[in-house]
Amino acid sequence: MPKLTIDGREVTVEDGVNVIQAAERLGIEVPHYCYHPGLSISGNCRMCLVEIEKMPKLQIACNTKVAEGMVVYTRTPKVKAAQEAVLEFLLINHPIDCPICDQAGECKLQDYYMDYGAYKSRFPLEAKVRKRKVVDLGPHVVLDQERCILCARCTRFLDEVTKTSELGIFSRGDRCYIDLFPGKRLENPYSANVVDVCPVGALTHKDFRFKARVWYLEKTQSICTRCANGCNIDIYHRRGEMFRFRPRYNPHVNQYWMCDEGRLWYKALQQESRLTRPLLRGAQGFTAVTWDQAVNWVIEAITQAQATTTSGESAVAGIVGAKATNEEAYLCLRLLTSSCGTELVAGLSWSPPQAFADDFLIKADKNPNTRGLQALGLLNGKVAVTHILDAAEKGTIQVLVVFAADLVTALGREAVEKALGNVKVIVLDTDYSGTTEYADIVLPIGTVAETDGTYTNYAGRVQRVRQAFPPPGEAKTGWEALSLLHAKLGGASYLSAAEVFAELAQTVPVFAGLTYGKLGNHGVPLASLLPEEVRGAASA
Amino acid sequence: MAERVLLRHLDVPDIHKLDVYLAHGGYAAARKALTTLTPEQVTEQVKASNLRGRGGAGFVAGMKWGFLPKDSPKPVYLCCNADESEPGTFKDRAIIEWNTHILLEGILITAYAIKCHTAYIYIRGEFAFGARRLHEAIAEAYKAGFLGKNIFGTGFDLDVYVHRGAGAYICGEETGLIESLEGKRAYPRIKPPFPATYGLFGCPTIVNNVETLACVPSIIANGPEWFKSIGPEGSPGPKIYCVSGHVEKPGLYELPMGMPLRTVIYDYAGGIRGGKKLKAVMPGGSSFPVLTPDEIDVHMDFDSMRKINAFLGTAGIIVMDEDTCMVRALEIIDRFYHHESCGQCSPCREGTGWLHKLLLRLEEGNGRPEDIDLMDRIAGNMMGNTVCVLADAAAMPTQSFLSKFRDEFVAHVTLGRCPLKKNGTGHRQAA
Repeated sequence: MPKLTIDGREVTVEDGVNVIQAAERLGIEVPHYCYHPGLSISGNCRMCLVEIEKMPKLQIACNTKVAEGMVVYTRTPKVKAAQEAVLEFLLINHPIDCPICDQAGECKLQDYYMDYGAYKSRFPLEAKVRKRKVVDLGPHVVLDQERCILCARCTRFLDEVTKTSELGIFSRGDRCYIDLFPGKRLENPYSANVVDVCPVGALTHKDFRFKARVWYLEKTQSICTRCANGCNIDIYHRRGEMFRFRPRYNPHVNQYWMCDEGRLWYKALQQESRLTRPLLRGAQGFTAVTWDQAVNWVIEAITQAQATTTSGESAVAGIVGAKATNEEAYLCLRLLTSSCGTELVAGLSWSPPQAFADDFLIKADKNPNTRGLQALGLLNGKVAVTHILDAAEKGTIQVLVVFAADLVTALGREAVEKALGNVKVIVLDTDYSGTTEYADIVLPIGTVAETDGTYTNYAGRVQRVRQAFPPPGEAKTGWEALSLLHAKLGGASYLSAAEVFAELAQTVPVFAGLTYGKLGNHGVPLASLLPEEVRGAASA
Repeated sequence: MAERVLLRHLDVPDIHKLDVYLAHGGYAAARKALTTLTPEQVTEQVKASNLRGRGGAGFVAGMKWGFLPKDSPKPVYLCCNADESEPGTFKDRAIIEWNTHILLEGILITAYAIKCHTAYIYIRGEFAFGARRLHEAIAEAYKAGFLGKNIFGTGFDLDVYVHRGAGAYICGEETGLIESLEGKRAYPRIKPPFPATYGLFGCPTIVNNVETLACVPSIIANGPEWFKSIGPEGSPGPKIYCVSGHVEKPGLYELPMGMPLRTVIYDYAGGIRGGKKLKAVMPGGSSFPVLTPDEIDVHMDFDSMRKINAFLGTAGIIVMDEDTCMVRALEIIDRFYHHESCGQCSPCREGTGWLHKLLLRLEEGNGRPEDIDLMDRIAGNMMGNTVCVLADAAAMPTQSFLSKFRDEFVAHVTLGRCPLKKNGTGHRQAA
């Protein structure tokens, strides 16, 4: 653990850490373009030059490993002059097109120019080297060669992370440009990460281009729900509309990256099919009702079913989809078992057969919370979804609660139609689906972007999502809707998802001791706490 | 010096042929090294000779070999840097084309010393004739048992491959050369690690210049003391001086290290062409500061040159007479670096182009007074701040031209044309 001094302040860091990282620990920013913690050291931009005692020349901080007793200066006149010079070099051939550049607002050239440059231009506009603009690289990414500062982050990402090497640097000197190798297209499943690593506006995402100025967007920490991997993301949104997902660093899950499919998953969460009002089926189809009317209808259906049951068997059953958060699944379970007195609750984790998966981030399980449902005992085989549907068909149950699950996609229309004809179907979901067609009442709930909660990823890591904006229209978050029903049936009512999670942690042993505070930004693994049979089932 | 070593073909015709080379004592040094000395003893002798790298940096060759890790399980590679592309430099080419076997013998002895069994000769792509000569000589050497398996019956194996470059100056930078040899873009590597620990294919590697390796057989044959007796002790040995430009007899001169620059120009190269006056000399290729006529009494060796803030470099002596326009000369030099910058580091990629554009503008007669200081600032900002020294190689001549011939640059601005041309060459004048 070497101890070094940076700008007069001491810091002790692990061996192998570079000076940029060590400075970061002290809150000192060493400006840089080519350095990226997830990629190899290239050392080409020369922006991170710092002064180190006993070294005659300025050193690049990215390639300087800390050493005991090292004395670093990041703000001396010599360093500042070098930073200003590098910026000037980077900008002489850079187009002045910030007003039409999508990177504006999150561009390191802009940022550092304001922080370290701010000189008068000594280079005539007409002398700039011209290169190709709007180069189509693949389904997601567009290149502007003039804006490129040749930091080689994109080429290193494609060489080192995806190992697909679609892009290369061609020509020499100030004629250098990034381009596709002949015959290649940038279409690997992780291609859009090059847009994130690009520190300038050279690589932009076709989907996000010209959609919004980044300074108008809010950013909320969340988890991608496209598959069971649980990649950490930031949701960029404004007034209840999402504009993009970007990966957020989590060393245990996705490092700095996410897949292209997950990146565009936000679109699936804000489609025309969203449910925005409680709907009650009448003779003429659905009519919108108030939450009070809807809740009363549900309570009445449940009480009636309980009253008329004769055989001692449960008249109420529930199916919870693996896109529910831990909190939603727990509350659903609680509602059905303690308030409705039924044991007939099953989890449903369905993925399309032969769903794409790889050995990096993309999992074949396309549900974000299969492991969470397992941990809650919802997928342990005691109660199968087919068993519930059989019971419904036989008429032994009268009310079926379906939470965030589409039975039609998972089991086929025929099976569902036979089963659901005889029961009252209560659906809580975000969108119209095959199942809502069979619903007697639909309660609209919020998506991952609209709720607080947690998911347990494929590896058993419990990770938080945060509400970016409230659910649309009259929809409520899943835990709120369930809390409402729960309270009406004489149970507790909850003020927040955190409260639900606290109770969950108290009652479900594998979650014992966890709180939102402890989960932090990177989550906490559950795996070691899970009993062997659950772990076995998850990996099977 | 009694007999030429490096340019021996001038004394012995056809010495590039193996039978002629053998008839004049060829491969005796290699046989001596491999059969009577241990690799360590060979390294010791080369270190004792104080042979300094002839590629321009002047690093002690034996010391460089000593940096190889002692107990690495990886193979050791030797790369002969034959990518000679420094403007004004054409010494390696002569050795390759006309004294081919001395280079191969040097490679053999060096490979033995550093326990290397695969050596590459990275030759500049334009040297097609040299590459052919190398292929012929290598074939002869294999046939004679000087390359291949069990050389001289010692059990030592060595394979030598010729790799032709594709026309980039940067491939002469040793780590750029390694990258290129690996089939990649010749972006110089950040150092450390140095090639001795992490070089070709990630293995310990020694990169030596042609002329350096060609010196090795004579050290083994005659002993390090003999080598040290030639020229100054600090940087001894025979040296090829390449004289080009406005002299009566341009060409190659093999002389002891440390000859006064004046002697080389006036006594050997016949003085300035047409009895004109000397205006400027670039003594070490185009990559180092220019010298004025009052600086040419300097001795041409690594240490003496440093004392006057100059560099021996490759000893590519470019002589310019009184009719030379220094703005035009610098424009040509900076055009070269603009063309050859690999583009990896921002200061060099952008700085070389910027300098060249400013010089072109000055040449055209459209220069602004502030451009002269601006060029000096740009060069200063490039210097020392990049992965390799190409930026320095462009900055040093630029700064020295600007400071030593400032009046001429100012005159270009004020007159809007070259003061040496009566009619003016500026586009503005012509129009």
